[in-house]
Order: sequence, then structure tokens, then C-alpha cells
Amino acid sequence: MSTEKSFKLDGKTIPFEDGDTIMDAALRAGEYIPHLCHNPEFTPHGSCRVCIVDVNGRQVSACTQPATENSEVINSSEQIMSQRRSLLQMLFVEGNHVCPACEKSGACQLQAVAYYTKMLSPHFTHFFPQRTVDASHPDTAIDFNRCILCELCVRASRDFDQKNIFAIDGRGIRSHLVINSPSGELGDTDFSAEDKAAHVCPVGAILPKHKGYERPIGDRLYDRKPISVVGDVAAHEFDQE
Amino acid sequence: MSTSLETAENPDQLERIVIEPLTRVEGHGKVTLLQDENKHIKQARLHIVEFRGFEKFIQGRPYWETPVLVQRLCGICPVSHHLAAAKATDMLVGTPQLTPTAEKIRRLMHYGQTLQSHALHFFHLCSPDLLFGFDDEVRHRNIVGVIEDHPEIAKQGVLLRKYGQEVIRLTAGKRVHGTGAIPGGVNKSLNQQELDYLLKDIDQIISWSIDAVALIKRIFFEQLDYHLAFATIDSNMLSLIGSDGAFDIYHGGLRAKDPDGNTVFDHVDYTDYTDYIMEGVKNWSYMKFPFIKSLGADNGWYRVGPLARVNNCDFFTTPLAEKERKEFSEMGNGKPVNSSLAFHWARLIELLYCAEAIKELLHDPDITGSELLNKGEMNSCGIGVIEAPRGTLFHHYEIDDDGLITKANLIVSTTNNNQAMNESIRQVASHYLDGNQLNEPLLNQIEVAIRAYDPCLSCATHAMGKMPLEISLVDENNQLVDRLEKRASGRIERTFD
Repeated sequence: MSTEKSFKLDGKTIPFEDGDTIMDAALRAGEYIPHLCHNPEFTPHGSCRVCIVDVNGRQVSACTQPATENSEVINSSEQIMSQRRSLLQMLFVEGNHVCPACEKSGACQLQAVAYYTKMLSPHFTHFFPQRTVDASHPDTAIDFNRCILCELCVRASRDFDQKNIFAIDGRGIRSHLVINSPSGELGDTDFSAEDKAAHVCPVGAILPKHKGYERPIGDRLYDRKPISVVGDVAAHEFDQE
Repeated sequence: MSTSLETAENPDQLERIVIEPLTRVEGHGKVTLLQDENKHIKQARLHIVEFRGFEKFIQGRPYWETPVLVQRLCGICPVSHHLAAAKATDMLVGTPQLTPTAEKIRRLMHYGQTLQSHALHFFHLCSPDLLFGFDDEVRHRNIVGVIEDHPEIAKQGVLLRKYGQEVIRLTAGKRVHGTGAIPGGVNKSLNQQELDYLLKDIDQIISWSIDAVALIKRIFFEQLDYHLAFATIDSNMLSLIGSDGAFDIYHGGLRAKDPDGNTVFDHVDYTDYTDYIMEGVKNWSYMKFPFIKSLGADNGWYRVGPLARVNNCDFFTTPLAEKERKEFSEMGNGKPVNSSLAFHWARLIELLYCAEAIKELLHDPDITGSELLNKGEMNSCGIGVIEAPRGTLFHHYEIDDDGLITKANLIVSTTNNNQAMNESIRQVASHYLDGNQLNEPLLNQIEVAIRAYDPCLSCATHAMGKMPLEISLVDENNQLVDRLEKRASGRIERTFD
């Protein structure tokens, strides 16, 4: 008799090990749970809420919820997908996500997850916030219009690069990404294009300067296959350069 | 050269019809006519509410976005903006010379674009006027009528356009709003499969293009005097020109000729365009009025587009188009052909040229090459000029040390033709409308004159019959006598009881 622990994900048996989150176990088993702020290289954050799943009637974020024996996890119900769409729609209207002109289009995790969840329109009224582009660094530009507050750059810079260059300031709807430098500009930090933080952004907020659209349409990360097959942007960051 | 119909002597006593600026545009045009009690035209104006705001809102954006971002100005010929912006960014990234593959892929994209745009304009939008007459029954005077009466012509038009769109798709990634041209080059060339796909039909495309030129010549000569006279104005002509005087729509120097064919300037480096071209403004229009600096605002306005290009060039590099150019030039008796309806003829000669030039490029080994990018030292100013299907298109950007745009200036083709279109409708108004009760066929004659320029006001001509248009008749006592409105749906209403 097997002693392997497992839970059910949309009826499928998913084995797990002690300490696994639902996301860890699902991804290892090849099952996709939509997510934006999760990156297996960093401590789970649970802030974007896109990975919300139903566990025995409770809605929890899969990236932070420990897997438990024999639990029933619902990942793909219309109700869950509808809530994910609403979360994505709010992300789209809160920033300025102009996919038609964005160099990340076709290789953007926000766009890919929106396609996966069958989001067809922003639904809500756009905020059209007035935000700038910080291009003060010689190699990397930050377009605050596209930031979704996933904090992956914050975590990468703090936990991996040991530089602590990024932070989230403000609360609630006023939350925003800031740069830890006297001028508030990236050019005044010791940020390097080689940093981990330069390669974890799931959207087009942190991008190399002086280049864009170099990968032709049809050859971009999500042009041929959906994100459920391709995986995260960060896992392919160096393939795309 | 300007006529007196631009502004009536007593405009303040005449009713002025005002439509609030519509959110820009592709497609909103308004013509106002002021007539005295004897129904003589006193004022005629074409209003285009052309405000996009791109020059303003791209400030602060990274320069490398511009070829993809700014092409969103237009859904009809975005390739033109894509390439003009790409040429400007080439200058920003210090590209001394594109690689042979990059330049040829861009040219192929541009020829495909011009082919499809010209086919769309002639077959879908203008052939009903030309095949059936300007006063044909409105229910019949449309593309459906062409399909019913001339199915072979309609089919050729549709398939010519489709071929051009396929060229764009294979060079830019998408038929509309692709990403092929990037600063310093392109992001792809053609592979063998794509090359074979395009080669398969190119001889048929050339054959249909020959037929198209023959068709417009037959139509033009059937009523030669009328076609030579309708909406005809004397104007300067401006276009790019190859260094050897050859017709070139991708790159070259600026050439301007006066109405008699005398050279105003020639082989001007387009990065010096501000030394030669100025943009005037008028208090009644949201669109600027460019003119040749040395000739002044009154005499320096000019025409761009197929008519200017075919008149201005010394020769075409492809044999069939060159043969047609020679025949076309004979119409001018030693001077440029100034007939506005000759725009159609010139446009189809260009269509033929594009088909021939595409074939040449498809047989060029560089078109499948792998050297795509070439960059040098950064510059703070980038200017790109190209001949869009509708005429000379200027993109001018300045950037700061961080690579963000601080200033942008765009002079689009239709803007260049602004004064000329106004003059043409004044000619039509005074020759064909003056003293008449306004009705739909007369209204259509105004549209025919505008349509000849293929303005992009895109919807205006690119959704034929859908251009919101208004003609008002006002007497000298400021009393509205008559008014016709054409709705976006194509429905025409007399909105005066």
C-alpha cells in the first residue's frame, strides 16, 4: 500500500510532499494553476490572488496554501475562472497596459494569463494613471505604467541580489513600486542588467533598453502555445533575449 | 495660386456650421459651402477634424517603441508610419546603412503595402464612380454594383489587395500593425517556404496590374476633356526621388516642381526638411497647411501622392511601369499633368510598379539573408521620410540622454494635400455646383474630387459612402436655405425644412 500523500485537483490525484504548497505539487505534476506573483525561486507571496483555488469550500491562494491529505481542490470551475478574470480585469484597468504597442506583447504573462482565462475585455473603467518611464539607468528601463505589484523584482533584489533596490510604497489603491535611491531613479542605484531582478518581471515593466520587438510575431513565447503549456516568462527569460 | 473661395468677404454675416471636433478621425470630413441669394458660391471649405495627439502623448516614451506605437495612427496604411518611424529610429541608433537584407525586406513590405492600398482605393472605393458615372443611382454606385456588373474586375481588385496583404504579413508578422521594422533593421527575412508562396502568384498579380492600368486609361480617354477638367488645379508637386531621378517610394531626396514643371528644389536631404517646408495654420481648420518656404504660403502649397510622384520622377526602374509613365507624361504636353482625376491613373501605374518591384525582390538572394541589424553611435535627432501610398510622410523625433522622446513632429500625407483638396473642391463647387439646387449627385461630385486624393481621413474614402458629409446653403442674410447631410450609414437627408 502506497504511503504517498495526495490531494485531488479537479478530480485528478496529485501527490505531494510535506511542506509543499498546492502550487508546488500541481506544477510538479504538470498541472497549471494560473498565477502572476508566484515564482518557484522565491518565497510565496500570495498577493496577486490569481492562483485562487477552492479547497473543501474555502477559497485560498494556491501558492501559499499548504497541500493537505485528501483535500478536494477545484482549479478550473467557471466560478474560479470568473473570479480570476475579474482580478485580471482590475489589474488591466489599474495600470496602462497598452498591449498593441508594448514590446512585451506576445511574451507577457499578464496577457497570456488573460488569454488563458478567456478574458475578452477590461470590463471596468480604466484609471488611466499618470505614470512615467524611468530610463535613467544605461541598460534597463522601468515603465511604471505596466507594473502589477507582483513584487518579484522586490524579492529578487532583496533575497537574491542582496541589493534591496525595489520596494512597494503606499497602501491599498495607492500602492506603487519605488526605487531605493536618493533621487528615486534607477540610475542612482547599483542595479545591473545582470541582476536577478532584471529577469523576473512577468510583464513589460522592467525591460532592456534600446531594443524591442526583435522577436518576430509568430516566434514569441506565447504565440504558438498557451501559458499552461509554455510556463512562466521567468522560466524562459534568457530564451527570449 | 489660391482661389478666392477660401473665405467669403462677409463671413461674419453668414451662418457658420460648426461640428465639435470628433475624436479624430479616420473618417470625419465636412464641407461647407456659402452661397449668395443667386446661389453663387462664395466660400467652400473642406474641414478635416484631424487630431490624434500622437506627437504629444509619445513624449516620454522610449524611442524604440515608435515604429510599432506610432503606426497605430492608421489602420489603412500603418506600414507607412511603421517604416517612416523605423527610418527615424535608424538615425537615432546611428545606422549608417541598413544591411542589404534589411533594406530589401523593408522595401518588399512597403511595395506590398502600396499595392494593397492602391488596389483597395481604386477597386473598392473609386471604381463605382468611374465605371458607372458620378450621377449613377446611389444604390448601384458601390462595390456591390461592381461585383454584379463587372465580377471579373471586382475579383481582381480583391485578390490584388489580398496579395499585398500577404506580403505585409510575411514581412511584418501581421497584415495590420506588424512589427517587422525595428531600429537599425528588421526582425525577420523570408524563408524559402514564404518565398515560394509569394512567387507562386506574382506573375498573375503583374498581369492583373497591367489590366488595371488599361482599365483606367480606357475610362479616362472615354471622356477625356471632362476628366482633364474636373477638379483640376495648378499646383506644385512634392515627392521623394532617387539619387538618379528614379521613382522611389522608400528612400531618396526631396524634389519639388512648380505647375509648369520647373524645378523648385531637387535632391534635398530630407533631414533638412524644415529649411524647405513650413506648416501654416488657419483659424477655420484643425489641420495644418504645409507649403514650400521659398514660395510662401499663398503660392507654395503643393500636392503629394501618386500624381506628384509620377510627374516628378525621371523614370521608373521597371519596364512596364516606365512604358506607362511615358504615355501618362504625354498628357501634360511638356508640363506636369495637373488633372486631379489623373491621380487614379498615376496610382495604378504605381500599382504596376509595385507588382514588378516585388517580383524583382523575390528573385533577389538577399531577401532570405540573415544579416538583419546594423547599429552605430546614438544620435539625439531622428528624421524619417517615406512615400506613403497617399504621399510624402515625415516623422521627426528628438530624444534625451536616456532615450526618451522629448519632441515629435509628424507631417502626414493628407496634411500635405490639405490646401490642394480644398482648391479642388472649390473648383468643383464653382464649375459644377454654382447656381444649382443641391442634390445627391452634386454632393457626390465633391466626394469624387476629395476621393481622387485618397486622403487618410481614412474612413472618408476608405469607407466609401460612409463619410459624414454636410453641405449647407446659406443666403447673404445669414439664413440657411438648404442643407444636406450624409450620415455615416450612407443615408442622405435633407435636414432643412
